[in-house]
Amino acid sequence: MEMSLTLLALALIAISGVPGLMARRRDSWGQSIATILTVSGSVMGLVGGFVALVTGRVSMARLPGIWPGLPLHLRMDSLTAFFTVLIFLMAAAGSVYGHGYWRQAKHPTTGRKLRFLYGLLIASMVVVTLAYDALAFLLAWEIMALTSYFLIATEDHKPECRQAAWVYFVATHIGTLALFAMFALLHDASGTFLLLPIPVAAGLGIETAIFLLALIGFGLKAGIMPLHFWLPGAHANAPSHISALLSGVLIKIGIYGLLRILTLLPNPPAVWGVLILMLGTANALLGVMFALGQHDIKRLLAYHSIENIGIILMGLGLALIGLAAHRPVWVVLGIAGCLLHVWNHGLFKSLLFFSAGSVVHATDTRDIDSFGGLAKRMPWSAGLFMIGAIAICGLPPLNGFISELLVYLGLIRPAANVAAGGWAAVALGAGALTVVGALAVACFVKVFGAVFLGVGRTDVTAKAHESPMSMIGPMTVLAGVCALIGIAPIVVVLPLGHAAAAWTGDAAVPRRLAAALHWETLTIISTSFAAALVILMFAVRATRRHAMVPRVPTWACGYARPSSRMQYTAASFAQLLVGLLRWVLCPVTHGKEPWQLFAPSVQRHTDVPDFITDRVGFKAWNQFKRWLMPVRRVQQGSVQEYLLYMLLALFLLLGSLIPIESIFMHVMGR
Amino acid sequence: MHWSINTPLVIVLLLNLFMLSVSRMRSLIYSAAAQGVILSALPLLLEKRIDSMIIIVALVTAAIKGLLIPQMLHKALRDAQIKREVEPLIGFLPTMLLGALGTAVSITFAAYLPMTQTGSSTLIIPASFSTVLTGFLLLTTRYKAITQVIGYLILENGIYIFGMLLLAAVPFLVELGILLDLFVGIFVVSIILNHINEAFSSLDTRQLTALKE
Repeated sequence: MEMSLTLLALALIAISGVPGLMARRRDSWGQSIATILTVSGSVMGLVGGFVALVTGRVSMARLPGIWPGLPLHLRMDSLTAFFTVLIFLMAAAGSVYGHGYWRQAKHPTTGRKLRFLYGLLIASMVVVTLAYDALAFLLAWEIMALTSYFLIATEDHKPECRQAAWVYFVATHIGTLALFAMFALLHDASGTFLLLPIPVAAGLGIETAIFLLALIGFGLKAGIMPLHFWLPGAHANAPSHISALLSGVLIKIGIYGLLRILTLLPNPPAVWGVLILMLGTANALLGVMFALGQHDIKRLLAYHSIENIGIILMGLGLALIGLAAHRPVWVVLGIAGCLLHVWNHGLFKSLLFFSAGSVVHATDTRDIDSFGGLAKRMPWSAGLFMIGAIAICGLPPLNGFISELLVYLGLIRPAANVAAGGWAAVALGAGALTVVGALAVACFVKVFGAVFLGVGRTDVTAKAHESPMSMIGPMTVLAGVCALIGIAPIVVVLPLGHAAAAWTGDAAVPRRLAAALHWETLTIISTSFAAALVILMFAVRATRRHAMVPRVPTWACGYARPSSRMQYTAASFAQLLVGLLRWVLCPVTHGKEPWQLFAPSVQRHTDVPDFITDRVGFKAWNQFKRWLMPVRRVQQGSVQEYLLYMLLALFLLLGSLIPIESIFMHVMGR
Repeated sequence: MHWSINTPLVIVLLLNLFMLSVSRMRSLIYSAAAQGVILSALPLLLEKRIDSMIIIVALVTAAIKGLLIPQMLHKALRDAQIKREVEPLIGFLPTMLLGALGTAVSITFAAYLPMTQTGSSTLIIPASFSTVLTGFLLLTTRYKAITQVIGYLILENGIYIFGMLLLAAVPFLVELGILLDLFVGIFVVSIILNHINEAFSSLDTRQLTALKE
């Protein structure tokens, strides 16, 4: 039943944008149909996913493929369902949000293609998670890559969008190449294209090769440093609900792929776990550090995605170490933290992108230093951004806290256990995670302060207005789910247990997960904490209502004419931390310092360029271009030349028909 | 029997060479039309028993290739107000020599192909190869968009001749379908011709390189 529901949902969403293609540019009925189809499909998919998660059942299906005799095999277990639930929830939220954010009337040229591709992207992501053979997987993977490429390039009249999309295109195809090699090796080892565990006899060499290829192929999609180079540009330049989908769901498909391939490899050695744990720690630390230096609100959120992928990987690394060291508790805590953080990050990062999008929608700029004082004009967006920010910082009582708690507990476990011996070093990861959490708080204080508090810095904030209900509604739903998981973590124990069990293949996992933590106590503490917060908030409100709040200018050290531009900017707020982390971030300052008596007017601004994209990437790219110049000469855009190539190909093909041997014999015989 | 098939095919081969050497657009269109009409009569000569279906197909083919398509091309020529000269990339004589060389190679090549009896004893295969080559030569060595269209037309003629070998296997309905494709294709292209003319104020396909990134 869950399989047929999912497939039906998938079909509905895939075609959701098709009727709209026939609509006229200014007509909005196509958009309404797409939203209705996507939402109803998503509801079916969510029901199907939850049934599979709660029961822990496995269901299979065989679809007729694109080629006779090559059917597509699909399989749905709890791990799959765990991801489809996330995809369907985000699909519905993004679709409704897009209804207000990318209105057909406002974007007549791009709206139709955006909704068509949106449906296809959602459907292809679901198929990737369902795929049970290499063909289905790669097919869906490529559709996913192409549709997301076109979605990033939605505003293809802007050169920076085209460039971001192009970088993504290159990245995703390098990844696909690695995956092709990986599936070929898998076929070698297991003798089938079905995703079946490979026999232990295949040997560690081939297993490691498969693992490394998977790490590259899926790492490019997930944004594991240093393969993250496509991510900041793509997230910043796509429309906000697409950014939310990319960050909340698409990069998680990379994590799914890695998880799925790991289930096929028996007895992973501890060194893989250590590698993943180290990559995860580096990702988390570097991601949040680079986020601190950003001026573009969506770019900043993109770096936080890299950070959170790091936290997810830390959980996975711990689980792999646990498997190798035969410590079931580490495995359970690690994989549960990893999986739950996948959900949580999907929820709060989409919420953050939605509310950032709502700000961008109102002001038409992404520059943090242009905003200010928006909380007064956009109270809903501000409040919802606040909820997302608290969740992403891993603070109680929201969902980010729960998943990070699982990872923390798992990482500390080896140190607390004397018998663990050398594995105590793993606990260093817990320390790193603490640093990450603190820096994330600093970063979001910076964003929230600069964007929503204070007074408006430029006139873009003057025309800002609250977003329509269609945008606030989905954000509220996401915030509600964030709060639900945070306040009552007990609700996730069952689905999480089944998904973790599907990954480890150990039926005892749900029981162990329930025992690993005092979930009831945690729920009671969280609930009372949240209740106390709410009561406090209302109490403050009630007392404030009667008090007169005096409005006086800020004391500016005696300066007589303070202006709104004299507030802390995002850059000046972060300057201390960026300065401390100079050795990692290498910030670049443009403009002279005003070190003279009677300072003249000077302009200064600082930038934190990405160490791969901006420093290494473009140099390598230009070098490549120089090498490949001779090849470009073949592609000159002349119709005649292209036809000549076809003629040459035809000659070659016909030439292979000539029976050279018999001609040779004929001549020799005579 | 063979002479009845080979005579029109020889005319087709001669027309190929003529089309490669001609410099007036009008003559090029007329010769392509003539080639089409001759080819439409081929099934009548090949088939042993002639029924109404074959006659209808032959008539329709002749009408489309001999009347409708030339008419459309003439109209496009008039509407776009292009000069009535073929603009070659390499001269007329060298292209004709290339065509002749191609025909010679086709004839020797066809002799070595593993074919059934009907194939090897007539000029069908060499004529088909040579006509395809002629089409390609026109496509690659002429600049004007309208000569490109004629190139495709001749290319299709070559494929049509090859189809004569499969007369028993391929029903005529398929042939009619191909004809429809060709007709629609040329119809569309003659509309596009006008658009190219408006956008670039010439029909020189070299201008289209501006479209590459």
